[in-house]
Amino acid sequence: MEIATPPAVATVEPHSARRAMAPPSRFGDKAFEWLTLAMAMAVVVLVILLGWELWRGSSLAIKKFGFHFLTTSTWDPVADQFGALPFIYGTVVSSLIALLIAVPLSIATAAYLTELAPLWIRQPLVSLIEMLAAIPSVILGLWGIFVMIPWLRDYPFPLLKRLFGWTPFFTGPIYGTSMLAGGIIIAIMILPIITSVSREILRSVPNLQREAAYALGATRWEVTRIAVLSYAKKGLFGAVILGLGRALGETMAVTMVIGNTPQIAASLFKPGYTLASVIANEFTEATTDMYLQALFEIGLVLLGTTILANLLAQLLLQTMSTTSTTRAVQ
Amino acid sequence: MKSSRFARKIFNLVLLAGISTTASAQMMINGAGATFPYPIYSKWFDEYAKIDPAVRFNYQSIGSGGGQKQILAQTVDFGASDGPMSDENLSKAPGKLLHIPTVAGADVVAYNLPGNPALKFDADTIAGIFLGQIKKWNDPKITGLNSGVTLPDQEIVVVHRSDGSGTTYIWTDYLSKISPEWKTKVGTNTSVNWPTGIGGKGNEGVAGQIKQTPGALGYVELIYAIQNKMPYAEVKNSAGNFVKPSIESITTALATADIPDDFRFSITNAPGADAYPIAGATWLLVYQQQKDAAKGKKLVEFLKWAAKDGEKMAKDLQYAPMPDNLQQRVLKRIDEIEM
Amino acid sequence: MHLQRADNHTWRKAKSGLASTAAFVSALLVIAPLGLVFFHLVANGASSVNWDFFTKLPTPVGVVGGGMVNAIAGSLELLALAAAIGIPVGVLGGVYLAEYGSARVNSMLRFIADVLNGVPSITWGVVVYGLVVLRFKGFSAYAGGLALGLIMIPLIIRTTEEVILLVPNGYREAALALGVSRWKTIVHVVMKTASKGIITGILLALARVGGETAPLLFTAFGNRFWNHNLSEPIAALPLQIFTYAISPYDDWHRQAWAGALVLVTGIFCVNVVVRILTRGRTASVV
Repeated sequence: MEIATPPAVATVEPHSARRAMAPPSRFGDKAFEWLTLAMAMAVVVLVILLGWELWRGSSLAIKKFGFHFLTTSTWDPVADQFGALPFIYGTVVSSLIALLIAVPLSIATAAYLTELAPLWIRQPLVSLIEMLAAIPSVILGLWGIFVMIPWLRDYPFPLLKRLFGWTPFFTGPIYGTSMLAGGIIIAIMILPIITSVSREILRSVPNLQREAAYALGATRWEVTRIAVLSYAKKGLFGAVILGLGRALGETMAVTMVIGNTPQIAASLFKPGYTLASVIANEFTEATTDMYLQALFEIGLVLLGTTILANLLAQLLLQTMSTTSTTRAVQ
Repeated sequence: MKSSRFARKIFNLVLLAGISTTASAQMMINGAGATFPYPIYSKWFDEYAKIDPAVRFNYQSIGSGGGQKQILAQTVDFGASDGPMSDENLSKAPGKLLHIPTVAGADVVAYNLPGNPALKFDADTIAGIFLGQIKKWNDPKITGLNSGVTLPDQEIVVVHRSDGSGTTYIWTDYLSKISPEWKTKVGTNTSVNWPTGIGGKGNEGVAGQIKQTPGALGYVELIYAIQNKMPYAEVKNSAGNFVKPSIESITTALATADIPDDFRFSITNAPGADAYPIAGATWLLVYQQQKDAAKGKKLVEFLKWAAKDGEKMAKDLQYAPMPDNLQQRVLKRIDEIEM
Repeated sequence: MHLQRADNHTWRKAKSGLASTAAFVSALLVIAPLGLVFFHLVANGASSVNWDFFTKLPTPVGVVGGGMVNAIAGSLELLALAAAIGIPVGVLGGVYLAEYGSARVNSMLRFIADVLNGVPSITWGVVVYGLVVLRFKGFSAYAGGLALGLIMIPLIIRTTEEVILLVPNGYREAALALGVSRWKTIVHVVMKTASKGIITGILLALARVGGETAPLLFTAFGNRFWNHNLSEPIAALPLQIFTYAISPYDDWHRQAWAGALVLVTGIFCVNVVVRILTRGRTASVV
């Protein structure tokens, strides 16, 4: 039935229409509007607050280290020399590992959920994925320390070393706590978000696309690949970037498994450190002013990169979709 | 109006929580810092809650660096550190900060090896391992000291602190004294730029890491090794003897210290045939001028109790109490706290 | 020729089946961690979720026994504080986005809210430390509640806006036609109609911040005893789990598992309630 259009359509031009319907404004109306406006403006205030506090807290460090802060790798509280490169490196590498693992799995799962799976299985699977998203970071970290790390150390890591030991990425001693373990735990944390956003994207692909492909005699997989996945490319990329944004800022679980050592090493068996973990570990204990300033600056770098990732993701997603996507984002 | 009823319920809940908590006013004195003496401090605060039920001492073991930082920022009522504060940091304090030594302990070399053999180390070996120069358990330098023990051809996983730590201060203070290379490359502080290894948060975290990681070696306070049944090594002291960390060998080291008026002293690499070389005292940091008279009064009462009665519990937890003459000086200092 | 085409067809069919299987396996791998985590939580934690756990304070370091009652209460108090900040601001802000404003400004605000939702929670801890802890010289339950409340604001704004937009315009028209003022229409008709959805959003936001640890590290700070004054540090379940998890003590590990099991059970319960609340609606609302 044509009347049963999705509610989203009704929201295309709600504001002007609603305003026209309103009776002449009274005091109560004005007051309520202003009150709600003030509350909505909270988001702007929050962004300014975040930026301002971090900027204020790090101004001395910014002045002292300048751009070198991002490109030097000495983190030496004794000499009051601070460079964030090992943390940036650790954050980028652990996030890339996470994406490498999570992206194929998530998109394949999203395709399964929207295109390939039997109908009865879809809703339960979606619910399970939402439950995975609800597991707090600290609990994944707990599981990581006592279950995942010992298992990785005993089976997959030695296997990787045997198979790929000739590359620089899988050399050296196997501690368990490592960059790779950090990447894997982040992957688990971002699987649900990439999956659910991708699923919304795929759902928003018009049925006409599928029908056309089926009409040409395509198999189910061909329809999925040609008509759906490639059509939704941009949106899926948005989902991936959104996942990246989450990966960059993951804190507790990573801190518990990554080894917390500021170093730049090719081997993924070596421990690493991320921007978020160094704040979690050292923020309350920075003894000198410059040390604290450096940590505030790390917070600023973290905020900047995650905001950039999110901006990019939202832009990509907006071109694709309706409100339902942003809903899934949360 | 379900939503507003829900909101009202939440609001009532908040109000209720607020009222019920202010109704039974119990004083809370907050402290933060060293994890090194955390086992004995938490014991003290637990006992003291029975002695004076009107006050609770909430102590968070965030590391000595944290203790110094938070007392400087005045976000806590007292700090705790196992490294004395630097002159530079003291000069930044908004008031005069007193160092109140409480107990002394030892940084032990704890490890995780199959069969948990008893091991011996000397200064060179420890420095070599922490500088990343000795990489394997069967390195000749280690096997040379431990004839009769078969050590595996396995990498040594060095575990150190990731947070600002007095245990680290004692450790690096020792390494700086015995290794010129360490002194120039790394130095002494509550946090340093580690040449190698993985980081754990707090003595708890380092002990946890060692326990979880086969082939690991790290430094923790004695009691953490004992409570967690981890093996720890004998270390060669400046007199050339291998000494096991214990209350006696810490006390011997403590006895050699020449303690200045501000109580900032170091007992690493102490002389004496039986002195354990990596020992150190731990301090509570309090302002001489207390802002809150009521809290200040309770704090002083506690400090006196700790210096007299608390010290008696030290030995149960493998800490060395302060010598008697020092205790008298400390009590006098506590009397100087003003409200 | 004909044969070849048939072959080709079979091959394409097989490929399709193969791809479906691969996708199915991916789906299994995605939910595998959920199963594993839950299994280990129950296996390691269930036996320690006992009377002591819910009634006793933590013991001193290295002493076996004790419980987490103060941390559970602390988490609830922190959530109440967070709710007091997050719900009014979030719900009213969401109302504005749905009912007022120009399309352009609103899409900007919506955009900012979405970006805020992606800000790492630890940065909120840093900011609240600077704003509250340093300024008022002390870690406190208020600081922890504020950090969690700020995280809730953009979450609730977005969910509220969406469910309010789902309310058919006819409801508004009917009320306005009866001479009801606009704001009363919004409060009594629109918000009432959307109340289930609004509550759903609130519950989800509470469940999300209830498991947060990072923003509490430098704000709520933790407490081994009962908190009797919200301007003092307070214990929280996730904080306690973190402290116990990284410690070397077996007895603390046991309790960390128990705490984690309790926390996850609480969060899952909220999710189930949400599912019941939104039963029968289109998936896009959930």
